[in-house]
Amino acid sequence: MLETLTTFLFGRLSLESFPYHEPIVVATFFAVVLGGIALVAALSYFKLWGYLWTEWFTTVDHKRIGIMYMVLGLIMLLRGFADAIMMRAQQAIAFNGSEGYLNSHHFDQVFTAHGVIMIFFVAMPLVTGLMNYVVPLQIGARDVSFPFLNNFSFWMTVGGAVLIMASLFVGEFARTGWLAYPPLSGLEASPDVGVDYYIWALQVAGVGTTLSGINLICTIVKMRAPGMTMMKMPVFTWTSLCTNVLIVASFPILTAVLVLLSLDRYVGTHFFTNDMGGNPMMYVNLIWIWGHPEVYILILPCFGIFSEVTSTFTGKKLFGYTSMVYATVVITILSYLVWLHHFFTMGSGASVNSFFGITTMIISIPTGAKIFNWLFTMYRGRIRFELPMMWTIAFMLTFVIGGMTGVLLAVPPADFVLHNSLFLIAHFHNVIIGGVLFGLFAGIYYWWPKAFGFRLDPFWGKMSFWFWVIGFYFAFMPLYVLGLMGVTRRLRVFEDPSLQIWFQIAAFGAVLIALGIGSFLIQIAVSVLKRRQLVDVSGDPWDGRTLEWATSSPPPGYNFAFTPVIHDNDAWWDMKKRGYARPLDGFRPIHMPSNTGTGVILAGISTVLGFALVWHIWWLAAVSFVGLLAVAINHTFNYNRDFHIPVDEVVRTESERTRLLSGQV
Amino acid sequence: MTTTVEAMHDRHVGHDTPRGATPPVFYVRDEHAHEAASTALGFWIYLMSDCLIFAVLFATYGVLGTSYAAGPTPKELFDLPLVALNTSMLLLSSITYGFAMLAMEKGRTGQTQAWLFITLLFGLAFLGIELFEFAHLIHEGAGPWRSAFLSSFFTLVGTHGLHVTFGSVWLVTLMVQVARRGLIPANRRRLMCLSMFWHFLDVIWIGVFTFVYLMGALR
Amino acid sequence: MSRYRAIALLPVMAALSGCNLVVLNPAGDVASQQGDLVVISTLLMLLIIVPVMALTVLFAWRYRQSNNTARYEPDWDHSTQLELVIWAAPLLIIICLGAITWVTTHKLDPYRPLDRIASDKPVPAGAKPLDVQVVALDWKWLFVYPEYGIASVNEMAAPVDRQIRFSLTASTVMNSFYVPALAGMIYTMPGMETKLHAVINEPGTYKGFSSNYSGAGFSHMRFNFLGLSNQDFDGWVSKVKSAGGSLDRNAYLALEKPSEAVPVQHYGTVDPKLFNAVVNMCVRPGTMCMSDMAAIDRAGGLNAGGKAAAEAILRANTLAGFPDTQQTGLCTVAEAVEAAASNSGAVQRPTVTPISASATPAGPQRLANP
Repeated sequence: MLETLTTFLFGRLSLESFPYHEPIVVATFFAVVLGGIALVAALSYFKLWGYLWTEWFTTVDHKRIGIMYMVLGLIMLLRGFADAIMMRAQQAIAFNGSEGYLNSHHFDQVFTAHGVIMIFFVAMPLVTGLMNYVVPLQIGARDVSFPFLNNFSFWMTVGGAVLIMASLFVGEFARTGWLAYPPLSGLEASPDVGVDYYIWALQVAGVGTTLSGINLICTIVKMRAPGMTMMKMPVFTWTSLCTNVLIVASFPILTAVLVLLSLDRYVGTHFFTNDMGGNPMMYVNLIWIWGHPEVYILILPCFGIFSEVTSTFTGKKLFGYTSMVYATVVITILSYLVWLHHFFTMGSGASVNSFFGITTMIISIPTGAKIFNWLFTMYRGRIRFELPMMWTIAFMLTFVIGGMTGVLLAVPPADFVLHNSLFLIAHFHNVIIGGVLFGLFAGIYYWWPKAFGFRLDPFWGKMSFWFWVIGFYFAFMPLYVLGLMGVTRRLRVFEDPSLQIWFQIAAFGAVLIALGIGSFLIQIAVSVLKRRQLVDVSGDPWDGRTLEWATSSPPPGYNFAFTPVIHDNDAWWDMKKRGYARPLDGFRPIHMPSNTGTGVILAGISTVLGFALVWHIWWLAAVSFVGLLAVAINHTFNYNRDFHIPVDEVVRTESERTRLLSGQV
Repeated sequence: MTTTVEAMHDRHVGHDTPRGATPPVFYVRDEHAHEAASTALGFWIYLMSDCLIFAVLFATYGVLGTSYAAGPTPKELFDLPLVALNTSMLLLSSITYGFAMLAMEKGRTGQTQAWLFITLLFGLAFLGIELFEFAHLIHEGAGPWRSAFLSSFFTLVGTHGLHVTFGSVWLVTLMVQVARRGLIPANRRRLMCLSMFWHFLDVIWIGVFTFVYLMGALR
Repeated sequence: MSRYRAIALLPVMAALSGCNLVVLNPAGDVASQQGDLVVISTLLMLLIIVPVMALTVLFAWRYRQSNNTARYEPDWDHSTQLELVIWAAPLLIIICLGAITWVTTHKLDPYRPLDRIASDKPVPAGAKPLDVQVVALDWKWLFVYPEYGIASVNEMAAPVDRQIRFSLTASTVMNSFYVPALAGMIYTMPGMETKLHAVINEPGTYKGFSSNYSGAGFSHMRFNFLGLSNQDFDGWVSKVKSAGGSLDRNAYLALEKPSEAVPVQHYGTVDPKLFNAVVNMCVRPGTMCMSDMAAIDRAGGLNAGGKAAAEAILRANTLAGFPDTQQTGLCTVAEAVEAAASNSGAVQRPTVTPISASATPAGPQRLANP
């Protein structure tokens, strides 16, 4: 009787679900709890809750949402990196009969969580955050098309991250690898809650990602300032457009395939089961039809960042703007025609394999053209080696290696010997770190002064840069070697002692990267303390070329007092060159969207719903689902969604900027 | 932000433009609402993303639709007259929704509401018949767990049914909105979105009817 | 081995001396060709990668801000000739690589029987390949030699210079069969059968393992691949035979249960239909083979294709069940179904049955609904 009641109330959740007998997890748990209590106490002491709620959590300002995305991405980077260093440590010591310090139950969760977190909750939020912050500014808009939806999207991403973090302390995470191939992720091989956490974390976050994709497409298509034709859009906006098209055209596939997997697990259907007609290969196909575009979702905006950075810091127009745009579009389309290269070794025929191998190689043509375009942008330029440019150069040198090994893996017979090996691991870290992450750092350093009005401290920035770049080579070049020695991925213990030295070098590299991350955090702290010295009042610290540099740093809530008119794709450069004078009077009230807490509430309920579904707490699932509907419907009855910034306030803000600008001169 | 060149009557001009040349315009003082246009596009893109979900489900059905696992086949299970009735319910609901939109264009609130109500009834009838069909199949031992064919059948048809259910909830919500506020622009925009959604579901259903039921019965 | 390899590896050789780059220096002809391909493709791409990296460094240095002597052309942003070159150069490389890809992918297709056993040796006329049936179990490897009626766990042997024809499957989850010294990998998947053709050219003991993560015991899912001379191989076969032990269905079902770091085991006799039953997931008594299921489905389902045929399957598989002697119908009932469906005009294609009238199918239940 009691058992029935507890099962009803708590589903599968019991005391045993809490890993209180695992010292590492318990220690982490207490660290997190103490940290959390300290944070809550501090926020309460300084009475910041109200400020956070009204100014940040409920905000519909694309800039603040962008910043919150970046914060989320950086926090999750710490978690994802903790997983990485645990793996490196395990693999460096698990030799000569040693089992290392992680048993398979933990190690298998760690590598799964590492992959999922790094892609979905580090790279995606950072990329989305930059797009959110920069795109409306670059196209001269006041905000995105659907500001409320933007807030909601962000909080859904947070909801997914919360679920995945919850799995650390309540139950366990999936032990399947980051794409959770069935039958391993099916009910028979993975009966516990790990895969369910995986499913619901990705579903909750996926809703946010898809909606944010729709939002940014609309923003770019509909809200460009007058005069900005498609071929006058900044390259970053172009790549963002392509990325969001990819998001909208691929995330629904992920959603659908995860729905099918969850039906297999919850209802007992036979989509991907071994028996009753199920077909696991279908999952592999579908997930990669999403998965391959996903890597271009990450890299394309970074290509955009490199384009902006290169042309700004060489003081030159971007070489081959048109071919850059076409290259981006070609990559966007081709990214749907290559998914099978992720499983050449699953027995497809030679012609099919060749087709997908060759389409994959074809992608390297527009990508190569892009590299050349950056190269020839540097040609006859005046290169200032500020941090964003340093990251760009490091990218160009690193990414081509990753690109080369990628094309190598696209040759099916070569893939037969390298698939799933550490060579593959080295390859995709080479492009994701060397491409996406270096790009994100370039972007963060580039746009930080825009977002906060002061630069980041260059000394700690350089420390971080060198630790990261050198650490990257130490961490991943040995993996190329290990791959050629026939070592496969996701192994927890090793037999051959001659491999150990390479794993130790890789672990050393991971430590260097840890120092790089540490330096980055120190840099932020130091820069905040030194913000008066590092201040930039011009709003244009790098002698920028695109519109975001036309307004103040940080920009006012309305971005531009008057909507700019564009004549050239380097709009701000053109304005500066042709004697643009900042308007000083004639301001008008500005129509803006109002903040709302609905996004936070909806996402919060969705997270609870996800948790209830993970643990089979059906009553809670039902209640939260009904709650979700009720809140959503209730929101439609709210007609007070916008307001006008009074003209006095606009005048006040603009005069303050005038004062600062004149003080500077 | 859809300022046209004609609308730029209040231009600001760069001060060192050479005399005689057309002075460059660097900003406009006019503001224009843009929300409605964005909503239509945004909703359209959403529908396309939803369409992709259905595409996956159709593809899944295409792959698994003949994996009966030695269990019942479409021929044995599908009751075409019933499905035809069901289809007509949905098609009629689309037509009546169209009438509601026509009434809305003319600004006739009562007529709009009446047509919306009829649409809702057709929608509910569709759902009722579908649920009856599902209950019957499950009762016969042909539930979604019986074979991959039935898994994909229930998921494809059920996902469509779920969409119709949400559409109905939405429809009721909008009827309340219209009752409270009348046909204000916000409500017109919403009715337009729901209209797109409703017709979209109709198109999907035609696919389901052809691909699943007709071809299943003819196979 | 090949000159390409020597050229490519010269600079790295020093650093890597002492470690065994088995992928580039394998002992089997197939792996060797694949290793060569890795080197050739890399060299081909280096043709463009090296200049790009050099130019990056050169431009970054030459056009640094402090170098006032370098030309500065802030508005130079287009050159049609240059654009042609930067699109054409990668294109040319990819055309070469694409051609190589097409040819080698077909030539090294794992499903394709070998036409040579070494670069200078064609497959001898009339030589019969060695058949090996591989089952990836949780978490060990089972190798069945149908020709010899023997089986072994976590150890495989093959004579040098004889073509090996693998048929592979798995019991529960996906694994990948990989002996780097022998040939590229191929997935083993439950309910599916994959193929691989390979040959080992030098005697020795080589590492084999699963190269696709498959759960808790994955790290220990290793085996030794023994490349043996013909004489030694015969010795190995007789050693296995004499080990006794019989791998019948019961033994298989016991073996199939998850276990980790399993020591080498030998079986002197094997149920000849075992592999087929594993592929069709019907080793357990009372389960219907997937091939039978597929045959029934192809015939239009149980009710359409004729109940009689289906009942024959049921009798053969479910009712007869164990012991093996009775399992004649295993995986062959398909023909019975098809015969029943095709040769009798009396088999009714039922008219469209209203759901209310449809019979509950008497399908054999492999898995109750959970």
